[in-house]
Amino acid sequence: MSDVGTYLYAVALAEDPAPSEGLTGVTGGPVRAISHAGLVAYVSAVPLTEFGEEPLRRSLEDMDWLGETARAHHRVVEAVAAKAPTAPVRLVTVYRDDAQIRSLLEQRHDDFVDVLSRIAGRQEWGVKVYAAPSEAPQPEEPAAPSSPGTAYLKKRQASLHTREEAWRQAVARAEQIHDVLGSVAVASHRHRAQDPQLSGREEWMVLNGAYLVDEERGGEFGQVVEGLRGEGIEVELTGPWAPYSFTTAVETGESEARDDGP
Amino acid sequence: MTESRPVVRQPYSPTPSPAGAGREPANLGDILERVLDRGIVIAGDIRVNLLDIELLTIKLRLIIASVDTAKEMGIDWWEHDPFLTGKNQELLEENRRLRDRLAAVEGARTPRRELAPEADRTRKRSREAEEPDE
Repeated sequence: MSDVGTYLYAVALAEDPAPSEGLTGVTGGPVRAISHAGLVAYVSAVPLTEFGEEPLRRSLEDMDWLGETARAHHRVVEAVAAKAPTAPVRLVTVYRDDAQIRSLLEQRHDDFVDVLSRIAGRQEWGVKVYAAPSEAPQPEEPAAPSSPGTAYLKKRQASLHTREEAWRQAVARAEQIHDVLGSVAVASHRHRAQDPQLSGREEWMVLNGAYLVDEERGGEFGQVVEGLRGEGIEVELTGPWAPYSFTTAVETGESEARDDGP
Repeated sequence: MTESRPVVRQPYSPTPSPAGAGREPANLGDILERVLDRGIVIAGDIRVNLLDIELLTIKLRLIIASVDTAKEMGIDWWEHDPFLTGKNQELLEENRRLRDRLAAVEGARTPRRELAPEADRTRKRSREAEEPDE
């Protein structure tokens, strides 16, 4: 029995299947292309001592290992996606050998072609909207305070009110932004809001959207995003990404994951 | 050309900088979210269900999804795990039930008191009724 497995990164519709020169995978080894049935699978050899079931159970719990592996996986996906329509495969999908991958490409051929033709010539953009109620500027009211105490209380009251109002507005804006961006995109997907631990930000994420946009409309999409910025919210654009959010439908038809906050 | 284009963080950074305080071009959180939660799910020969990995489940589901969403998805078992909560949930439950019952018996006089001191005092009071001084 072999102690080497085949790690699958992505499946693509590549005319020129050769991977970018020097492209390395999760263990630092070279990435290879397996062409079969009109599809190309990008793989690399991995030792089963690290990528077998038991070792994976352990190492997946190691955040450092996970971070490194995720980055390497993503690097390969991005490199492949830069050249051809690409369906990223979920992390740590490992086969016994190349023959298993060929049979996968054959058996699931139509599903892959279906998905890949849908994302061909398109890119995924990520847009996150954060509510920043604490930074929400108050409308400048021409204040004529009668005394410092009254002025303070008034200010405090206004601040509390503003916070709540800013939150409500941010949520409404997020809905609106999602709709506007969806009209520029071919497809859109609203993901669960990231926890502050993941986003690294304290503000509540009110939108975590993914948008599949025609390549030639990428600039326009960016401008639309720019135009949507406003008071009380922060809009963050990331991308272009490989179409991670729009290739999941091969096996499970996930519906829009909506998260409207607390 | 397009001066007004927003600042875009490239997801692929050729030289990933070590995770620091600053915003790095390829945000690891964004990458993890994608490679673990999106993309095609194919059952490989090596069967590792990401959701079966307990610690990964806790760390990442909690990180990726907000706690509320995780609850919605039914991933809330850690709340009942004495090891994870650091408390014995069953005992707490029982304690709460006993306190509730006691409160009901006492006509909701002191529903928030701890069980033991309350029982003590009740006993004391009845003793006091029999003999005025200790």
